[in-house]
Parts: sequence; structure tokens; C-alpha cells
Amino acid sequence: MVKRPANLPQQAEIVHRDEEAPKVFSLHLRFTESSVHNAYHFYPGQFNMVYLFGVGEVPISIVSDPRHYSLYQHTVRIVGRITQGLSKLKQGDKLGIRGPYGHGWPMETAKGKDVVIITGGIGCAPTVSAIRYMMNRRHDYGRIMIVQGVKHSDDLLFRPYYEHWAQQPDTEVRLTADKPGPHWPWDHRLATEIIHELGIIRPQNTVAMMCGPEGMMLACVKPLVERGLVEDNIYLSMERNMECALGHCGHCQFGGQFICKDGPVFAYPTLKPLLGRKGF
Amino acid sequence: MTDKQKLWLPYRKLDTMLTVLRNWGYQTVGPQTRDGAIVYDDLDSADELPWGVYDVQNPGEYRLEQSEDQQAFSWNNGPQAIKPLLFKPKEPLWRVERDDNGALTFKEVTEEVNKTAVIGVRACDLAGMAVQDRTFIDDQYVDEKYQKRRQNLFLVAVNCVYSGNNCFCVSTGDGPQCTHSYDLVLTELTDGFVAEAGSESGQTLVDELDIANADHASVEHAQSRVDYAARTQTKKLPDGSVRDIIFNNLDHPQWENVAERCLSCGNCVMVCPTCFCHHETEVPSLDGSSSEHQRQWDSCFTAGHSYFGGHVLRDDTKSRYKQWLTHKLASWWDQFGTSGCIGCGRCITWCPVGIDLTEEVAALAQSPNQEHE
Repeated sequence: MVKRPANLPQQAEIVHRDEEAPKVFSLHLRFTESSVHNAYHFYPGQFNMVYLFGVGEVPISIVSDPRHYSLYQHTVRIVGRITQGLSKLKQGDKLGIRGPYGHGWPMETAKGKDVVIITGGIGCAPTVSAIRYMMNRRHDYGRIMIVQGVKHSDDLLFRPYYEHWAQQPDTEVRLTADKPGPHWPWDHRLATEIIHELGIIRPQNTVAMMCGPEGMMLACVKPLVERGLVEDNIYLSMERNMECALGHCGHCQFGGQFICKDGPVFAYPTLKPLLGRKGF
Repeated sequence: MTDKQKLWLPYRKLDTMLTVLRNWGYQTVGPQTRDGAIVYDDLDSADELPWGVYDVQNPGEYRLEQSEDQQAFSWNNGPQAIKPLLFKPKEPLWRVERDDNGALTFKEVTEEVNKTAVIGVRACDLAGMAVQDRTFIDDQYVDEKYQKRRQNLFLVAVNCVYSGNNCFCVSTGDGPQCTHSYDLVLTELTDGFVAEAGSESGQTLVDELDIANADHASVEHAQSRVDYAARTQTKKLPDGSVRDIIFNNLDHPQWENVAERCLSCGNCVMVCPTCFCHHETEVPSLDGSSSEHQRQWDSCFTAGHSYFGGHVLRDDTKSRYKQWLTHKLASWWDQFGTSGCIGCGRCITWCPVGIDLTEEVAALAQSPNQEHE
């Protein structure tokens, strides 16, 4: 077990900022000190604690490909005080970053296998890093099937990425909105229904990676298992109140798991006993 | 342990012990009576110990009484002991300065760590500390502040010779005999203590005190007093796996029952030696040039504890009590390989409505179809 001292944030600056959707924005960051930037390594599915001066920290997953980035990207949805404050930052502004933390997606386990990615809303962000990773090593992975669901068609993030990925070999992309606007060209059914139509051809060798509202992820397990996936190969990225990211403050607990250090990515069997139970 | 020499520390040598410790650079801390409770604070002389004081503890009740026997350790415990010395109720973690260009400089907050000698800790306090060590030291990330303070601690433990009504350390396997983590352990008899070193520093201390061996009768008497404390405990957790009882009964009606009584006040958390939840907060300076990132004790009974992404996960007392109890007696095993409960009974004593977790667990272990009175 690697022992590391409790971490201190490092200064990073915003190199550019994009508005992705109403209330969702991306920050493209670089650590101010190049030695810190060069020493920073992360794995898809990990997160940083992002610090806004004078306000506090929030956990945000890293969206970039760990091997192909000069800036690393955080995509943030405004849900409270700190994210509201982060949304007002501009190019050149500074913030604090500490991390990376947590266990990421099982990119090694998934090598040579087919991969199903199912996400809802802002939950797509933690998987973007994984998808980019696979696309940059396309031959290491089999069929890739991506399902992204949003409430309203205006909420769709990363449309250019999805359109690009849909063009890639052996890759299926299904976008769906509960409330499609007038120009929405894609689906409007639930992800659970779409799973039944995915091109899963070798279910025992298919890994699923899910991120989104807990109810959605839990509902998707059943159709995935019905299609023949093994529960051990179904992974979920969980979210809870994280304050320290070190497994010490106690807020992110899900039963016996600390989401920050035992997760946020978990194989479904670990979560199964308590997933969906009120209060956990 | 049986090879260690048992010595006799007379009362009149207690002040010498404090002096030696202070000469070694330790701040001496020990139990005193204050505000109607046993409180651990700076101990300047042995006079300040709670001579002749005993405590009466029941669910939701704590009071101190005076007895004729003039012993210093006739009481069991107070609301706190070691925890606030190692894991401070409130402290800064790091600071950040911002210059006129908005550049941020992050600085660790280092502190002078005082060597602290605590006189009069109980077996449950040692057990609680050992459990909390697993969270802050023996885990993936080390909390350096806790670790430094822990390394600079000298512990003079005192075996309990009475048990309170709420004590159940026998049931959890954590007392009343102190068996680990102390530098010196004492058992009180008339006029003094049977003493035994538990570490090299403890041995050096007894050498400096230049005290004689305890006679055989005293050693036997001391042991029988501790055995008496063990025999007279009335509360217990069920035999077998408490973790399984809890996780197999998450829908038991008892949770509704306890939720009607629980005030969600968090007293249990404040007095529990193993609870470690803390909240991280930001304290910016008024001129905007700096900010301090602090942590302070938190409780899973607060609304904010489970707030994330715009909503509160545990929005009722039932889910909060369930979180606390399932963590303490069940999830702790999965996280740290031990129970989070060391049987000190403080949560029972300091609960304003006298909720007794041994009774709650006993109720969960009963089939819901059985009639209770």
C-alpha cells in the first residue's frame, strides 16, 4: 500500500474555457509550474479536487485522454456555490488542483473486449476520458457501443465528439433525449430500451462502463445482464459528497466503500447489496 | 507481559512522576472535575486529580458523586479523552495567498507538536485510539498531523476497578484490562498503584522514579479488582457477527422505532472515541488576499453531511441513525478490519434520550414478528 501524505493543491490556470450547454462548461487547464504539469499523470475515471479561491473544493473528473493531452480538461455542471463560482472564471484565471484521486475505469481489463458505455446527463464526462483513450488505441479494443441519454435535447454535451466517434470503425453511438426539441435527429427512448438493440455479439467478453444518475445505472444492469453480460464486467462510477478525497472525512461513504479512494469506479457486485437503498 | 516487573507506585510519588515527565519536555494532561464531568486538561499536580470522585452513568445520565474512599480513579470516564488531542476538533489544513495578479500560493500549515503525556487513560480510550489509528495512519493516505501527535504521546493508563452501568468493553474485547498502546499502566489500591511499564520509555520512567517491586499480595489484589470490574458489566453486544445482524436487517421495523426517539443531535458522535467524520471549510480573509482551508469535527446526523450535487441523500433521522449504526458496527469491519465500537458506553450516557445501541442491536437481532412488551 502506497503511503502518501495528505496533499496540497497546486496552482493551475485556465488556458481556455468553453460553454458546453446551459449550466455546463469546460475548463482547459495547465499547472503553472511545468515540473508539476509534467509529473501529473492520471487514469481515465479519476478525478481532481478543484479549488476555487476563498470558496472551497469540489471533485471533478478528468475528461482528457491521459496520454494525449497538453492541457487537461474538466467539464463542470453548475449545481451549487463552488461550481457557480467556477463558471465565472475566465481565461487566465487561477485555481488550485490536487489529485488525481480514485480508481479509474478498467481499461486494462477491457483490452481485447467489446465495450458498452452508458451515460446520462453530466455522467458522460467521466467516460469521455475512457472513450478518448480507446479511440487513440482503437486496435486494443473490440466493438465500442455508446449510449448517452439527456433529459432535454439542449442538455447534450460534446455533440462534435459523439458525431466523430460515430464515424469510427466498429463503433455504435446512440443518443437519446427524454424531451427532444424540434431538430433532434436521434432517439427519445430510455437507455434501458436501447440496450436491447445494441450490437452486443460476444456478451461474455463485453465490459460495460456506466456513469449517470444512480437510478438510471441500476435500471440498466438488468437489460445488460439479460443480454448476457457478466455482473463482474459491469462497472459504475459513483458519486457522493467528497471533501477530503483521502478516505478520512467520512462523507463519501457508501456502506463500507469510500467513493473517493475505493472508487469512484466500482464493479457492480461490490455495490449490489446497497445500491438503490435509501440513505446509503 | 507476565515477564514484566510489577512495581509499587505510592501516591506520594505521583507528583514526582509529573515532574519527570515535564523535565522530559512533556505537557502533562490528566483528568479533573469540571462542569460536573471528568475532563482531561493540563494537570500540574496530583492534587488536581478527581480524588474520591465516582461517576454514575445510565442511558442519558451522567453525574459525579463524592465518596469517602479517597482514591483518584473511582470513576470510569468522561465525555472525551485522547481523541481531541490527536484529531483536533478544529484546525487549519492549508493556506493560500493571492497576489494582485490573482496568482495563488498554497502553503501547508505546520505546527509545533507538543509532546503530551496523558495520565489516566482507560482501556476503552486506548482501544478507541488504536481504532482511529487505522483511519488516520494505517490507511492508504497518512494524516501527518495525527501521526506526529501520535508519535509524541506518552500514555499512563489506569485499569478500571469498577464498571459503569453503560460499560460493555468486556463484550467488545477491549477492556477493562489495558493490554496495549500504553507506556505505563497502573491499577489503584489503597495508597498507591501496582505499576507496569509497557514500553521502553515507560521503563525509563519507572527507573527514574526509583520505586520498589510490588509485593505478591498487592499484585493479586490489583488483578482481582480489575476482574471485579469485568464481572460486573451488564450490557453487551450479541455473540456472533454483529456485522451480519446489522446488514441482514436493514429493513427491520426497529429502525423506525429508534428514529422516533433519536433527536439527530450528534452527541453520540461527539463523544465517540472512534468517530472521524470532519467537514472541510474555507475561511477567507476580509481583504481577499488569503484564505485558510480548515477541517472541523462533523457528524453524519447533520443535513449537510450527505449533501451533494444539489440534494441531501439522508434527509430523515431514520436514514441518519441507520448510517451511524451500520457504519459503527458493520461497515467499519469492511473498511478497517475491526469494529468501530470499543464498548465505552459514552454514546449511551450522553444521548439526551438515552438510546442504548446494545439494545438497538438486540432488537435488530430479533425477528420482527416476535411480540415485545
